[in-house]
Amino acid sequence: MSAVLISDPTLRDGSHAVRHQLTEEQMRGYMLIADAAGIPIVEVGHGNGLGASSLQLGESLVSDPDMIRLAAATLRRAKIGIHVIPGVATLHDLKSALDLGVHVVRVASHCTEADITKKHIEYVRSMGREAYGVLMMSHMAPVEALVQEAAKMQSYGAQGVILMDSAGVYLPRDVTERVRALAAALEIPVGFHAHNNLGHAVANSVAAVDAGASILDGTIRGFGAGAGNAQLEVLVAVLDKLGYATHIDVEKLLDGANLAEQTIIAKVPTINSTSVVSGLAGVFSGFAQPVERLSRKYNVSPHRVFLELGRRKIVAGQEDIIIEVVHEIAASTAH
Amino acid sequence: MNGRAKVAILGSGNIGTDLLKKTARSSKLECTLFVGRNPESPGMKVAREMGIQVSDKQIDAIVDNAHLYDIVFDATSAYAHAQHAGIFKNLGKFVIDMTPSKIGEMCVPAVNLNECLTLDNVNMVTCGGQASVPIAYAIGQTHRHVDYIEVVSSIASRSAGPATRSNLDEYIETTEEAIVKFSRCRRAKAILNLNPAEPCIDMQTTVYAKVSDPDPDALSKYLEDLIRKMQSYVPGYRLLLPPTLEDGKIVVMIKVQGLGDYLPKYAGNLDIINCAAVAIAEEYAFKIGNARKGA
Repeated sequence: MSAVLISDPTLRDGSHAVRHQLTEEQMRGYMLIADAAGIPIVEVGHGNGLGASSLQLGESLVSDPDMIRLAAATLRRAKIGIHVIPGVATLHDLKSALDLGVHVVRVASHCTEADITKKHIEYVRSMGREAYGVLMMSHMAPVEALVQEAAKMQSYGAQGVILMDSAGVYLPRDVTERVRALAAALEIPVGFHAHNNLGHAVANSVAAVDAGASILDGTIRGFGAGAGNAQLEVLVAVLDKLGYATHIDVEKLLDGANLAEQTIIAKVPTINSTSVVSGLAGVFSGFAQPVERLSRKYNVSPHRVFLELGRRKIVAGQEDIIIEVVHEIAASTAH
Repeated sequence: MNGRAKVAILGSGNIGTDLLKKTARSSKLECTLFVGRNPESPGMKVAREMGIQVSDKQIDAIVDNAHLYDIVFDATSAYAHAQHAGIFKNLGKFVIDMTPSKIGEMCVPAVNLNECLTLDNVNMVTCGGQASVPIAYAIGQTHRHVDYIEVVSSIASRSAGPATRSNLDEYIETTEEAIVKFSRCRRAKAILNLNPAEPCIDMQTTVYAKVSDPDPDALSKYLEDLIRKMQSYVPGYRLLLPPTLEDGKIVVMIKVQGLGDYLPKYAGNLDIINCAAVAIAEEYAFKIGNARKGA
């Protein structure tokens, strides 16, 4: 029975869904649920990772050090994971996080920019912690480019590479093709992180493990940016049914999911019409909240905003362009 | 004697070669020495074709040919500049440091040009710093209490060479330091995004500020002159979104298109720092020209 390592970014990706306003009490509550069910890695942090609390990406209610301290004090079995994007977080930020007890660091870049992850990956390894590479917005590069970029991360010392479908645009055959190519080319494990804009998050995750991936991300009730992620409790139950070993207690996880829904999930993610447009346009899921807010404020169609962002090939981190695009559309409709 | 100040360029990479093109067009500067380490690098070839004296002897060429120039641009690396700085000082040359070494005083011509002319080593901060400091400075000049300024720059992946990519932390830290210095804000944060879209995107910078009693109108008025000043040496610098309030915070957006000298037009991030360096060099040339006339 082949094993799948589950990493749970509920508190990080879900942070996008509530504009990074999760309270310490909510985080602690969820950490207890995840730990009791035997989730191996619990990610904490701002939706865009370490050091991302900002006017550009949204300010966090709880600071990075406080979140990590809380995780270190609460989690008994699970490892503490963080997401780190060079260009946002420096080695200085990273050192503070490791000092507070982070075990697993995922160093992420846009899918064509892996070389900016070198210093961060090397640093994490030199400190004796686990380092993974993450290729975000992976639909924006051809398969051969993804293989090259992932190989770079492997050469820097990454212990695995996770492909993110950050815009929720893939269908299972897209995932199969990419994961198969990566698994064939790399000596390290391949992972997959889904978004549900087109309703395929769990199916895509299954396609990933069937094609050779051995790391999957899932969030409770799908709590995450935009249309949400692969729904963790469903994913684990399905993997169980298919005979993949996750070492997670499905019963406890299902009970925990009911509790989590009442305590931390303001609104269970649904695929609304805007999520479909966002997915088809290939725009970063984390843009959902700011696009919705600014579109309402300036009375423009969020669909038009997403289509324009997609046309401009805007990447994660460029949230300021939403302001520009909304102003541009508002001005063009005023005349 | 053509009355132009003589300059040496140390470093034959993209920055050094683009500076060479810009000095060739200047009526106040003349490049008399172009120094690299690989005689076959593209930059060295360009210089030879232009009939400029070249050398691959790195800092030694600068020392041995000190009689050839008054101003030196150091376009090597922050690490190398730390070693060069003392040598330049002994030579008594005016040094314009293109690296994020933070050794000399930070120079953003639209803001502190005159002050920099009295020094012997000035530092050109970072590309994002050259674009955002004028805005941050204007925010500081028009608001009494500036709590926080954040600058986010997006640049075309193709305009970010290996040096930029391996020095993102230095970029962030140097830019943040410059923002604090020029705006006197309490805290600053810098973020850099690389975007691989083709055709390449122009450099774009957004400045956010948290201030007490935000006054976008006063800021807009103050920026009119300052942006004209910027455009006098960076013609492709323009206001994309004038000061606007979002959720009580000030937002200003800038776009920078390059001149397309050695580097393509989309590389506004590289162009702006070179334009700024040429601006201070030309002012210095003017100053020493006057001193010579007076003598």
